[in-house]
Amino acid sequence: MNLAYRDIRHNLFRFVLTCLGLGLLLGVVLAMIGIYKGLVVDALTIARSPDVNVWVVEANTRGPFAEASRIPGDTREAIARIAGVSSAGSITYQTVEAEHGGGKLRLYVIGSEPGRPGGPPEIVDGRHIGRSHYELVADRSSGLSLGARIRLGRNMFEVVGLTRHQVASGGDPAVFMTLLDAQKLQFELAPPAARVQMARGVGGASRDTVNAVVARLQPDASADAVAAAIHRWKHLAAITQEAQELILTRSLVDRARRQIGLFTTLLLIVSAVIIALIIYTMTMEKLKQIATLKLIGAADRTIIAMIVQQALALGFIGFAIGAALIVNIKDYFPRRVVLEVDNVMVLGLIVFAVCLIASGLGVRAALKVDPATALGG
Amino acid sequence: MDSAQSFPPLVRVERVSKHFGEGEARVDALRDVSIDVHPGEVVALLGPSGSGKTTLLNVIGCILDPSDGAMELDGELVLEHGRWLRSDLRQLRLDKIGFIFQFHNLIPFLDATDNVALVLQLAGTDAQAARARALELLEYLEVGHRRNAMPAKLSGGEAQRVAIARALANRPRIILADEPTAALDSKRAGIVMDLLRKVAVEQQAAIIAVTHDEKIFDRFDRIFHLRDGRLLSEESASRRVGA
Repeated sequence: MNLAYRDIRHNLFRFVLTCLGLGLLLGVVLAMIGIYKGLVVDALTIARSPDVNVWVVEANTRGPFAEASRIPGDTREAIARIAGVSSAGSITYQTVEAEHGGGKLRLYVIGSEPGRPGGPPEIVDGRHIGRSHYELVADRSSGLSLGARIRLGRNMFEVVGLTRHQVASGGDPAVFMTLLDAQKLQFELAPPAARVQMARGVGGASRDTVNAVVARLQPDASADAVAAAIHRWKHLAAITQEAQELILTRSLVDRARRQIGLFTTLLLIVSAVIIALIIYTMTMEKLKQIATLKLIGAADRTIIAMIVQQALALGFIGFAIGAALIVNIKDYFPRRVVLEVDNVMVLGLIVFAVCLIASGLGVRAALKVDPATALGG
Repeated sequence: MDSAQSFPPLVRVERVSKHFGEGEARVDALRDVSIDVHPGEVVALLGPSGSGKTTLLNVIGCILDPSDGAMELDGELVLEHGRWLRSDLRQLRLDKIGFIFQFHNLIPFLDATDNVALVLQLAGTDAQAARARALELLEYLEVGHRRNAMPAKLSGGEAQRVAIARALANRPRIILADEPTAALDSKRAGIVMDLLRKVAVEQQAAIIAVTHDEKIFDRFDRIFHLRDGRLLSEESASRRVGA
């Protein structure tokens, strides 16, 4: 006869409610872990999407994400000729705000040269950019659909392809366009401003400027060696992919990451205390029954099994509810919630350990109960 | 000599003492108490609050360590010079003693049958046999029609009968009852006492009850009067009839 199961069945409604409450709490913990992971993954997504080994940026900067960087557009040809570089591409990055669907839409515009590193990594719907101008590949999270038209700057662009999970570290969805369009968007002045500049005699300045040049290396080439070679040009700096990712996680999203990490830790501690309290209270409510069980001859292991099984059932069901909840609603979060199997498993193990420890407190109280307390009302 | 007393006692308590605390704070809950209870007897421990009757019941039930004395249960010497001779008192309780409580103390999440079957399963009986025996006992105590009822749905009398069935489950020959009729009205108290009498006679069990319930005094073969931890007197049914 399984006493834990019988007790749960007898108080099913209460047990289910407790599990549901615990499930919601663990769901929040899972969501926070997912948001934390999402923040890191989002921060790295754009840096990883060109699939390159070296970033060439303006000297004395840690661009193009952590700091502003501007280098001449022809830098790409020079980089492509360095020994060990298999291909290179110019890239621009900028955040724009556009009108779409009656509302404002913040977009992270990435300009790249078709056929060279820096373009969209994977098209999930539609096609790559095929024309030199006015075509966009947008991330699905932007809400832009295939064929949609949107005004950016002074030109109308058509969405020809869709990507997914391509967002900037701030969460703004990415849109990809040709380098020429991006340069025009970033550097072309509005007509009145252009006329003023012309009058000042600086209107003819070249707008062939990019934020970075990315380089893909040959398999046997060393990123550090290529970076060292680039450093010889005093107006350029080179950052390896590894260093770029470090800059993003340690610098760009570090405060947000630590803030969410700390909050997640606190939430985990609160959850542990609540789980312990629920299980301890569940046991304390049964002390009279436990005394009776001991008096009629129940072995300690029978009582321990009842408490531990209930604690584990509570933890397991609560965790399953929390996990199911978050898996089903994570895509409705405005920013990415990344649930990795190992993170979920670690939380599961923590819940398991907390339940065991909490049931240990209950077991301790139960084993201390004097069977004589069952007598005398 | 009574017919029951022609058999060796099922419970023999010899000069049992129990004190709590030491020095100034010492309280003597039992002082050299000796009683014998024979098969088929239903006896009562009577006395005012603090007289030691519950302490004595706890010692006989092997749930309280006495300070001194000896005790035999069902022919086995289990206590000598205030020391238990067995380490497995839980098993001793399971094998030899049944308990009946004032408020029945049925496990609220088990139905009537499972409350009885539980004791059997704790003793190692398989589930099917335990259930069959539980049903048999419930029928015997005329509460078989309530076999599937949860304790909360049972009346006071029904719950106490299920509790008696539970106490009898492992066929113990010693049944200890703590105020078994205190929560019942006169009619139900009489029914419960009749059942205990039936059990004592048919199963040759010794039943020891702590009670304050005057309406059932005449149902006991003997009444042990305690005061301040001492056994003051022993009153038999024949004396009460004679009086």
